[in-house]
Amino acid sequence: MIYVLKNVKHLCTAQQTDATVRKAAVKKSKVGLINMKRWQYLLKRLMPLTALMVLVLSACGREDLSTLNPQGPVAQSQLELMKISIAIMSIVVVVVFAICIYVVVRFRRKKGDNTIPKQVEGSHKLEIIWTVIPILLLVVLAAATLTRVYDLSRDQRDNPDALQVRVVAHQYWWEFQYPELGITTAQELVVPKDKIISITAESADVLHSFWIPALAGKIDTNRTGNVNYMYFEAPKTGVYLGKCAELCGPSHGLMDFKVKVVEQSSFDRWTVSMMEPSALPQDTNIAAVFESQCLACHAIDQQSPSAYPNLKGIGSRESVGGILINVEENEKQYKYEDTIYNNLVTWIEYNNKNSERDVSIKPGNHMLDTYSLTKEEIEGIAEYLSELKVDF
Amino acid sequence: MAHAHAPVKRYSGLMDWLTTVDHKKIGILYLMSGAFFFLVGGFEALLIRLQLIYPQLEVVSAQTYNELITMHGTTMIFLAAMPMLFGFMNAIIPLQIGARDVAFPFVNALGFWTFFFGGLLLNISFFVGTVPDAGWTMYSPLATNEFTPHHGTDYYVIGLQIAGIGTLIGGINFLVTIINMRAPGMTFMRMPMFTWASFITSALILFAFPALTVGLAALMFDRIFEGNFFNVANGGNVVLWEHIFWIFGHPEVYILILPAFGIISEVVSTFSRKRLFGYSSMVFATILIGFLGFMVWAHHMFTTGLGPIANGLFSVATMLIAVPTGIKIFNWLFTMWGGSIKFTTANLYAVGFIPTFVMGGVTGVMLSAAPADYQYHDTYFVVAHFHYVIVGGLIMGIFAGLHYWWPKMFGRVLNETVGKITFVLFYVGFHLTFFVQHFLGLLGMQRRVWQYLDGMEFNTLNFISTIGAFLMGIGTLLFILNAASSFRKPKNASNDPWEDGRTLEWTISSPAPEYNFAQTPLVRGYDAWWKEKMDGKDKMVPAEPIGPIHMPSPSILPFFMGVGLFIAGFGFMYMNDWGTIFGARIGLVIGIAGLLTLLTCMLLRSLIDDHGFHIEEDEILKDQGVKA
Repeated sequence: MIYVLKNVKHLCTAQQTDATVRKAAVKKSKVGLINMKRWQYLLKRLMPLTALMVLVLSACGREDLSTLNPQGPVAQSQLELMKISIAIMSIVVVVVFAICIYVVVRFRRKKGDNTIPKQVEGSHKLEIIWTVIPILLLVVLAAATLTRVYDLSRDQRDNPDALQVRVVAHQYWWEFQYPELGITTAQELVVPKDKIISITAESADVLHSFWIPALAGKIDTNRTGNVNYMYFEAPKTGVYLGKCAELCGPSHGLMDFKVKVVEQSSFDRWTVSMMEPSALPQDTNIAAVFESQCLACHAIDQQSPSAYPNLKGIGSRESVGGILINVEENEKQYKYEDTIYNNLVTWIEYNNKNSERDVSIKPGNHMLDTYSLTKEEIEGIAEYLSELKVDF
Repeated sequence: MAHAHAPVKRYSGLMDWLTTVDHKKIGILYLMSGAFFFLVGGFEALLIRLQLIYPQLEVVSAQTYNELITMHGTTMIFLAAMPMLFGFMNAIIPLQIGARDVAFPFVNALGFWTFFFGGLLLNISFFVGTVPDAGWTMYSPLATNEFTPHHGTDYYVIGLQIAGIGTLIGGINFLVTIINMRAPGMTFMRMPMFTWASFITSALILFAFPALTVGLAALMFDRIFEGNFFNVANGGNVVLWEHIFWIFGHPEVYILILPAFGIISEVVSTFSRKRLFGYSSMVFATILIGFLGFMVWAHHMFTTGLGPIANGLFSVATMLIAVPTGIKIFNWLFTMWGGSIKFTTANLYAVGFIPTFVMGGVTGVMLSAAPADYQYHDTYFVVAHFHYVIVGGLIMGIFAGLHYWWPKMFGRVLNETVGKITFVLFYVGFHLTFFVQHFLGLLGMQRRVWQYLDGMEFNTLNFISTIGAFLMGIGTLLFILNAASSFRKPKNASNDPWEDGRTLEWTISSPAPEYNFAQTPLVRGYDAWWKEKMDGKDKMVPAEPIGPIHMPSPSILPFFMGVGLFIAGFGFMYMNDWGTIFGARIGLVIGIAGLLTLLTCMLLRSLIDDHGFHIEEDEILKDQGVKA
């Protein structure tokens, strides 16, 4: 059994291109080679059937969001598995549909036809055919699945080359801790490109699920006791959309986050900048209100504890509250897209005690009604926060 | 046998329906209440789709939306699909095996009333204003007091617990009925496929529902009596709920689909005028599906973090289920092969079922590959998959069964033209709604989301999906219209209205008389009625002379036992809220009063001897004279 598994592993990993895997592929056994040929042969046979579908699939969706447009090796490997399963399943669908259409057209009862068809009991030969062929098809799929199950569950938590990140999910925001760097941030996971990012996932309250469709499949964040881990890599810089994928309350669908992939040098600048303390607002009134109202729950540096999202560098983030998207004044296109200043005003006003909420930006979030600010104070704080930036 | 002429208790009107222990009437009760809840669940679905027709709408609030998705799932599974299947099982199985009733008619009625009052309790939450909102899977800790302080989860826990009693005793009843009450000659390997499928389903119910009962009880203890099963702070574990729920939840999927498989087998075979191809391998495949169904629950939990060994094993085990399912698909196709296929509405649904179910099946195999599932899980891809299986499989099967057995249940044939229009609307609507959802999931739209942002390339597909949902809605209404208008027609359906009937239910009048078979038939082979027809006979060979038939007495007790449980559940739920009366908590007092009602009924049932009554020979002969 183990021997078979090893061969199976070889034949599948040979399809991948990253360096570590290539090394493993060199060790291919003779049997592995034969299997590989057979497998490739099978895939070739399937290609005409599925080429169109795969073409359509791989062209679909936003680059920063779609599982069909993977931007990293983990999502790439998952898409390959999807394609293999789609290819195999296409055979089944085509065969069944073909027989079905043929039968339905060919054996329709003509009007007034009273003949009694031959009552066939069955056929052992046919039964064996449609038992054995599916089993063979499933063996191929099982092999491709099992190698990936093990490959994608590699524990990177003690890999010295990986960047360790602890993800803590909250109703309805994401906390990202970098234990090696002493940094805690929220809503936006900043990572260097081409590095293995090792995720340790937990939840502070209910179940959530950590998902970056374009980079890697999801992992649930459980409450204390069932800590999960996963990893991903991003070879291209850019901003990727992340989502919560487990029902966690009214704002489940609004619990978005971003993954910002930057150059290593840029990441290094960011880590230094994140550790610097931030100054309070210059206006003493705003500073006083900000300290008494906002800093009761939030922090603006890495030195103070922060029960709710740490605001250090909020002026450089892609969104406010995870859901209001920051864009330049002239780039506004959709609802919830606005400048960071306007978004901050909207967000702080929305959560303000007794505010008239004609739009539910994030219903049920814990910031609702926890403070009472005047319009001037809100604008002053928004002004200050929009300038609270970090270097990249 | 002394048949003293005791006064025969026979009610009419409403009282007849409340007291009946006749499997055919209970079947109709199940069907009607199932259809009612189907409409409720369908209405919820339309509201959900309306909320999602455009991005960032606020047709309903986020809280209401979560209530709708929770109640839609719960209602459709437990209160619509299961009861409708139980309706068919009740109405048809005794007829198919040549029995006069189920083994325990009183328990049968009790099963219906507990289901009904459980479902009622669940839906009353809408009027009280605290609706279950943690998803039909009710994952902890979201469902616990800490995160759902209102009574929503209580309605779910107690409502389902009461409804679950009905399902469990119903399942046991059918097991006993099928094992013990088959007519002479009706060996296991001569049983019609629908009976076989229901038999396996009943066995699955017997083993799967206790898991739900335990899970619900544990959650109830956590919520009402401050238990700690799922309370992490006190040593509980939230993953435990996921396991318990899916150990029940996955077999539940097969509990639902197997009877539908049975219906499809009957309909396809009848309207192809051909014996079911590979009957024995069909039986074997059904048993295998039922068995494997218990081995795969963790494929709902691939992202829970069970580790590579569990994920690998459950992946492969899940893939295996494709093999027996494939056997069934090919056997249906080859039943039609060489046959003489008549496209009645029932058969349209059955033939339409095959490709649709195959699509749901192949996405199921795709989902079984764990690493790919990390991407599919909890997205619209999954939503598309299980709706293909449940709507495209189960509901198609139910519609096929409704058209097929309607004359046997009500003595009238449904309008074929309206039926065919309904089929087209429903079928097209179904594929419009759910086909595009596969792509929504792959493009990154997770499920159970109240809103999606504009500009995510989700807009068009969501719009199409909503349009499809409304087509399905229109289709359903058209069916209701068809069903309602059939009652204005005279009861003139013949014994065998499709003329190609193969099984015993087509040998007796439509609808069947109270005692089903004046004389128990002698079964001489598989497809008993078809065999007699082919031998040139126009009726079954009787296995006994005509004589008085013993019947169970109607009883109002099952109804009041349901009422008692309903009151008890309601009271206990509000135990900690409603203050005290004479030093006792009001909720507790009401709860105990409900339980006392139940216990009193049980006492009455145990103490009062009820020997039933006899239908005399002359009455049976009169029936035959009129109906012959």
